[in-house]
Amino acid sequence: MNRLTTTFARLKADNRAGFVTYIMAGDGETADLLDALPAAGADVIELGMPFTDPMADGPAIQAAALRALDNGMTLRGTLALANQFRAKHPDTPLVLMGYANPVHHFGYANFAKAAAKAGVDGLICVDLPPEEDTELREALAAVNISIIRLATPTTNDDRLKTVAEGSSGFVYYVSTTGVTGMGKGAVTDVAEAVKRVQTATGLPVAVGFGVRTPEEAAEIASGGADAVVVGSAIVSANHDGGTKTALELVSRISAAVRAAS
Amino acid sequence: MTVKPNAFSQYPDAQGRFGEFGGRYVAETLMPNILALEKAYEDARADPAFTAEFEDFLKHYVGRPSPLYFAERLTGHFGGAQIWLKRDELNHTGAHKINNCLGQVLLAKRMGKTRIIAETGAGQHGVATATVAARFGLPCEVFMGATDVKRQAPNVFRMKLLGAKVHAVTSGRGTLKDAMNEALRDWVTYPDETFYVIGTVAGPHPYPMMVRDFQSVIGREAREQMLERIGRLPDAAVACIGGGSNAMGLFHPFLEDEDVRLIGVEAAGKGLDTPDHAASLNGGEPGILHGNRTYLLQDADGQIIEGHSISAGLDYPGIGPEHAFLHDVKRAEYVSATDDEALEMFQLCSKLEGIIPALEPAHSLARVRDLAMELGPDGIILMNMCGRGDKDVPQVARMLGVEV
Repeated sequence: MNRLTTTFARLKADNRAGFVTYIMAGDGETADLLDALPAAGADVIELGMPFTDPMADGPAIQAAALRALDNGMTLRGTLALANQFRAKHPDTPLVLMGYANPVHHFGYANFAKAAAKAGVDGLICVDLPPEEDTELREALAAVNISIIRLATPTTNDDRLKTVAEGSSGFVYYVSTTGVTGMGKGAVTDVAEAVKRVQTATGLPVAVGFGVRTPEEAAEIASGGADAVVVGSAIVSANHDGGTKTALELVSRISAAVRAAS
Repeated sequence: MTVKPNAFSQYPDAQGRFGEFGGRYVAETLMPNILALEKAYEDARADPAFTAEFEDFLKHYVGRPSPLYFAERLTGHFGGAQIWLKRDELNHTGAHKINNCLGQVLLAKRMGKTRIIAETGAGQHGVATATVAARFGLPCEVFMGATDVKRQAPNVFRMKLLGAKVHAVTSGRGTLKDAMNEALRDWVTYPDETFYVIGTVAGPHPYPMMVRDFQSVIGREAREQMLERIGRLPDAAVACIGGGSNAMGLFHPFLEDEDVRLIGVEAAGKGLDTPDHAASLNGGEPGILHGNRTYLLQDADGQIIEGHSISAGLDYPGIGPEHAFLHDVKRAEYVSATDDEALEMFQLCSKLEGIIPALEPAHSLARVRDLAMELGPDGIILMNMCGRGDKDVPQVARMLGVEV
């Protein structure tokens, strides 16, 4: 039981889909943006840990990662941002998302300890499939942090069993084969896949990769997803127009998601 | 030869691990592909017809076996052990790369894949992949860092002549590792129809094993040729290392010959005591990149650092996981050579043997020189001349201040 579990239970009771926002730590005024996201309508926040080689990301998030690194952001700095956020926001779940190497280099046990202290609720490691995440998953489980796994259009029923095993918090359904920020999958296919993943894992399913507009988010929300994730579009808005522009987009998407479900 | 239970050659295990290195660190979208590839490769290598076709093309298309040549003048010049060169620079397309491309493209065909992609640094692997794809009539797209596209214009033109489409990669810093990231992104986007031909013994399992197996023809031939020519095995087998495919291909058939020292030569660039080198084992730490756990050049935050070497073929911040394993268990020794040493050997080998080596094996020659002195006249050194230097002539001319 952590903030993710309680949040998804509350969303279910409210009979609506949640809205998950992704931003990159260290790209722009991250601390201010983080602080304002819950009020703008974010139910869950994913905080990107920048990495030099983000091979599952499209151009928007790749560029954000390099900007963040150029600004001097590190994993330690990302954890400090989480800590600062948690001090003011006791209830909003915070999930770190990124790639394995910085976490591996930090040391899995050390990372689990530091993340727990910073009030982190979950971790998505894009290049750590179930076959490779045992050591980290166990370290995180000991401090009540969920490993959030990915399911994709190529994940067949056999693999869904593997994905379900040891998964907690929610499952991140990647709506299309491809990288972040490209077009989303066809809505009917996504709705069907969401049902399949929900049934196989018994966990809430958040749908992301390629959801950019309030309309698209609403479509996904009304298609049975437990939550909708928007990343690249917010990251781009933040880069192009700053915190205020990003928050406006978040508010509009949040309103659409709430109205849809 | 029977394999002992604790044999070095028994790896990888079922999880694709060489000791604590290797594995399958890829996004979920690719996991089903990786598992299917593993199964298809296991089937293929158990099928005599696949092996027969591979060997037939190696012989008549690539030009194998490559000769084993006694480098008499280099031997005399260094004044120590005998130096024998495995002439893989005589292969079609001028390097060892094509052995692996041929194997992988045959496998792609067998799996019914309709599209070939590859990453390339200097362009040698790109050219070899485009060559084999052309031969089998498969469309081929090559990802190459934008900086390299500019530096290696002749190879870009070669790939285009061979019918391949070359993507100049501007994401990240536009280098080989970014080209590999971009190839992985493409593969994630078109997983069903695409076969990704990785150019070295790195990447997620089964690539490090599969590429090694295809390249092991180098060591198998050399081992036989040594026995035939001088009736004994060498005291040392030496090869240069970027990702490590030519070295792994040379080393693997000798792994159980414990009297044969295996020596890998990394690129020390401007020196191991500077930030400008590409020596992952001598100057890196274990980490996770491009699908495998191995030694990587990285900073205190676990961010990947660009490698530097005069030779674009060695300029990669990682190394194949089997080398990481052989390093840790001390079955192989890993040393390094600088840009300046490579440049010196490039010229020396050209003058003394009439063989213009690629800058990559020119690194090996620098350590062969020391080793020849160490072993003395009774010693035998086998070195893989893994590529020819034609591709490097414009760059070397520039560095020597000559206009061509």
